[in-house]
Amino acid sequence: MSNYSRRNFLKTGGALLAASSLPISMVEMAFGKDSEQNFTFAYISDSHITQIKGNEFVRNWDRGLIRAVAEANLLDPRPDFVFYGGDIAQLGKPEEIDHGLEILGALRGDVHYVMGEHDYYVDLGEYWQKQLGPDHYSFNHKGVHFVVLNSILTHEEWMHRKWDSGMDRMKQMARLDNPDGQPFMVGDKQRSWLKADLDKVSKDTPVVVFSHSPLQKIYKGWNFWTDDAEQVQALLKPFDKVTVLYGHVHQIQTNQIGNISFHAAMATAWPWPYPSTYTQQTSYLPRLTVDMNRADPFFERDATGWQFINLHSGNVDVHYTLPDNEARVVAFDEKLGHPVDTKYQAVADRTSPQKHY
Amino acid sequence: MDSRTMRYVAAGVIFLASGQMLVPAQADEFDQADLDRWQQEYMSVVEQGEKLFHGGLGNRNTVSCDQCHPNGANTHPETYPKFQQQIGRVVVLGEMINWCIMNPLEGAALALDDSSMVALQAYIHQERRGRELAPGKH
Repeated sequence: MSNYSRRNFLKTGGALLAASSLPISMVEMAFGKDSEQNFTFAYISDSHITQIKGNEFVRNWDRGLIRAVAEANLLDPRPDFVFYGGDIAQLGKPEEIDHGLEILGALRGDVHYVMGEHDYYVDLGEYWQKQLGPDHYSFNHKGVHFVVLNSILTHEEWMHRKWDSGMDRMKQMARLDNPDGQPFMVGDKQRSWLKADLDKVSKDTPVVVFSHSPLQKIYKGWNFWTDDAEQVQALLKPFDKVTVLYGHVHQIQTNQIGNISFHAAMATAWPWPYPSTYTQQTSYLPRLTVDMNRADPFFERDATGWQFINLHSGNVDVHYTLPDNEARVVAFDEKLGHPVDTKYQAVADRTSPQKHY
Repeated sequence: MDSRTMRYVAAGVIFLASGQMLVPAQADEFDQADLDRWQQEYMSVVEQGEKLFHGGLGNRNTVSCDQCHPNGANTHPETYPKFQQQIGRVVVLGEMINWCIMNPLEGAALALDDSSMVALQAYIHQERRGRELAPGKH
């Protein structure tokens, strides 16, 4: 992003937004100390492509992904790459993954993928990995260490139980509010890999971790949860600046735990209610979250969205764009040491549609 | 006595007679066994509603209510009837359920007294139990 100021970038983004508000996440990484390092990437997540029969798919979910891809392709300057945050498919069928990848195939540039539970549980990720490669990996890009984790694993004994079929297992996991649901986890094996991977990285290197589920505990009942979140956080603790970007929750969430900033991405498919609106159970919404507006069901893309993310000296600012609503900016505040919503953080400044109940 | 009065008297006699046949003591006597049975009847409909809500409606595109409303959240049953601004008039919960069935689910609307509609509402209300009535609230 040399010779391209953040202001210009955002202006371009704003113009795009005015033309069409589309559900992707845009990530900008701008290094204060060395502008040559600045770069951007886009982040698309949770498309839940659903096969009805043959080559017929649920129109609504297709449209969300198609629009996201179109928007990403219009971005100027070009993002260095695109991240896909998981749940391409609804039931992990090869037809759904292929259809989703066909739509995503129109993206210009490289795409990095994260495994979602909807991609995984029908065949334990076999088809997804055949098409996309390993489910956990890391790479360095312009001074940032990126880590991708498969955080949607669960207890081995449950995964390998005697199921009638893989689809039977998939449907159990696909139901968000399943009372017999299983908690997500990264698992021992991957955490050992992560430790070895991070051992090679100097502690002043900004680290960005992508997972599908939040690497923090919010509400177990809907798997807004990773069972070994604390153990993963402990591995990230020695680094100066860490950001975790996750999908799964289909909503804006913001948090800071020690050195780790957390941001959730919106889905291209549909929004989810905040767990606090389910009044029969207790949940723990990340404390810095300023809720996005309640979705208007009559506008099918409402409360889906996309984000710009801007990385200042290793800290991330997220620019959320909500169709039909004002864009939101959650920026890292150096003085406070955590992200804040630049307009709505103070409770008194919030709008009526931001009040969920 | 004109014919209208006679009809009222006749109706009263029939009512008393049938009442005495069915209820030996007081008309509103019921015991724990009755309460248990009624609760069981209600919960069986809640369970039916839960199944319908989670993919049991048989709509062709397979989209289910719980995909947007896990545990029936964000349905706000306690706020109906209310002015549904997108429809432009005051509606009951069942009309919003039908809107969802017809649009994201691309299915056919249910009659408001259809047993499936009753079951869906039983499930939604059950998941929102304990919330104060707030008719009209947006």
